[in-house]
Amino acid sequence: MKVEGLRRTFPGNISVLAGLDLDVAPGSFVALLGPSGCGKSTLLRLVAGLDRAEAGHVTFTPTLERTPGERAPIAYVFQDAHLLPWRSVLDNAALPLELTGVPKAERQAAARAVLEQVGLGDATERYPAELSGGMRMRASLARALVTHPRLLLLDEPFAALDELTRGRLDDQLRALWRKLGMTVLFVTHSISEAAYLAERAVVLSRRPARVVLDRTLELPTERTAALRTEAAFAREARLLNEALEQGEHW
Amino acid sequence: MNRSTLRAAVPPLVALVVLLALWEGAVRLLEVPRWLVPPPSAIGAVGAHEASALLGGAITTGRSALVGFGLSAVLGVLVAVLLASSRMVERALYPYTLFLQTVPIVAIAPLLVLWFGPGPRAVAVSSFIVSLFPVIANTLTGLRSVDPSLRDMFRLYGARRLATLWKLELPAAMPHLFTGLRIASGLSVIGAIVGEFVAGFAEGSAGLGILVLGAYRQLRTDLLFAAVLAASVLGLVLFGAVSLTGARLLRRWHPSAQGT
Ligand SMILES: Nc1ncnc2c1ncn2[C@@H]1O[C@H](COP(=O)(O)OP(=O)(O)OP(=O)(O)O)[C@@H](O)[C@H]1O
Ligand SMILES: [Mg+2]
Repeated sequence: MKVEGLRRTFPGNISVLAGLDLDVAPGSFVALLGPSGCGKSTLLRLVAGLDRAEAGHVTFTPTLERTPGERAPIAYVFQDAHLLPWRSVLDNAALPLELTGVPKAERQAAARAVLEQVGLGDATERYPAELSGGMRMRASLARALVTHPRLLLLDEPFAALDELTRGRLDDQLRALWRKLGMTVLFVTHSISEAAYLAERAVVLSRRPARVVLDRTLELPTERTAALRTEAAFAREARLLNEALEQGEHW
Repeated sequence: MNRSTLRAAVPPLVALVVLLALWEGAVRLLEVPRWLVPPPSAIGAVGAHEASALLGGAITTGRSALVGFGLSAVLGVLVAVLLASSRMVERALYPYTLFLQTVPIVAIAPLLVLWFGPGPRAVAVSSFIVSLFPVIANTLTGLRSVDPSLRDMFRLYGARRLATLWKLELPAAMPHLFTGLRIASGLSVIGAIVGEFVAGFAEGSAGLGILVLGAYRQLRTDLLFAAVLAASVLGLVLFGAVSLTGARLLRRWHPSAQGT
């Protein structure tokens, strides 16, 4: 995925992106950090095609045109779960397939499988109001994964959860990424979450967003809780922190 | 009925009994003439005596109110969907739907008789006109209050207009829609009775509106009270049925229906 010269200005002359460039290799896991209001969500929405840029473009190689039989190449996970409250977990997870015209038996089987993967195999018939926050977020993740997207965009997905649940979901997400191999763009405010999850971290400056730091993390592929206390992890976290502070006064 | 609902029913019942006793006592003590304010005992007696006429009246009026309410529900939702389909359409048409709320139904009821002839059809139309607006207004609010992130998600998966309406907008509007329907259910009975004042038949099974008019002309105030009571009960029954249906439908997902 290649972002070139992306520009987006909101009414009131709020320049959010003023020519941003970013190159993301297929199958990589990139964490996106930056001060609040710098334009991370805006970037994600532009990449997803939910918003139009005034200038610049996003190109995908190989192309993200739907191949025959493929349902939706891009998936998006919001900060909150945003499930349909009147549908069961199963029917929520199956929704993307439903909207793209997959027959019922097929889409339910696919939804069941992906719910199993995120650890919600026992809760398929429950309604969102009957789930905990962490379970809702996992249902949301399952919904995003059900189409086997090639690009997964996550906008501070676990920010509203407690530390423990968040850590567990981080582990699950990373395990899923290693198994499924899609490209992941992960927006977060947490330096330690970024360092723990990603192969590469991109730190943006305050509005209009520019790249302050673009770094491939020197951390092992295998990540466990023990990593958080290691010197290499602390070093990466410090670098990210410095870049963030630098970006505040860019 | 469990213990807690029983306990909840006791205070209003006690209040009712006390109120009726006070009423009965005051009317007797002050020797208020019966045609002015009848005592509850007289209302109860005439209610028992005229039970079949009152029940027949409630059925006749209820039927017209149901037709009017049904039309409001269906057309109200359709109009709201139309108005929500584009800002242009809404801006062009919404101001005129306000007429529905301000139109003096008593004044146009004669017009309804001219158009639909005297009888249940004009009565149902009167009920329909009175109960339409709250359905439109509330459904429209519901359709407009859809979570923008969910809209984005539907867009991301290339959902068609109709799928978005059917699978996102209408379900999301359900709580508001039922608020509108509850208001409309009470209004539909009022509309039917006003319609009967002008357009009801006196022969056959006369509606409650006709009973009220007849009782008034003969100064049978106790019967008038009984008929008004029957009309209130009719409205309550309709309101209760709509509320119950809403609570059933929303039970598993909407906070307003939790614990029902
Ligand atoms: N639809 C919009 N209309 C006007 N201004 C907008 C709109 N969307 C975003 N903005 C503005 O653009 C800027 C960037 O917003 P954006 O949501 O991309 O920031 P962010 O980096 O995601 O912030 P956060 O970390 O707080 O989520 C903000 O100043 C915001 O006020
Ligand atoms: Mg954001």
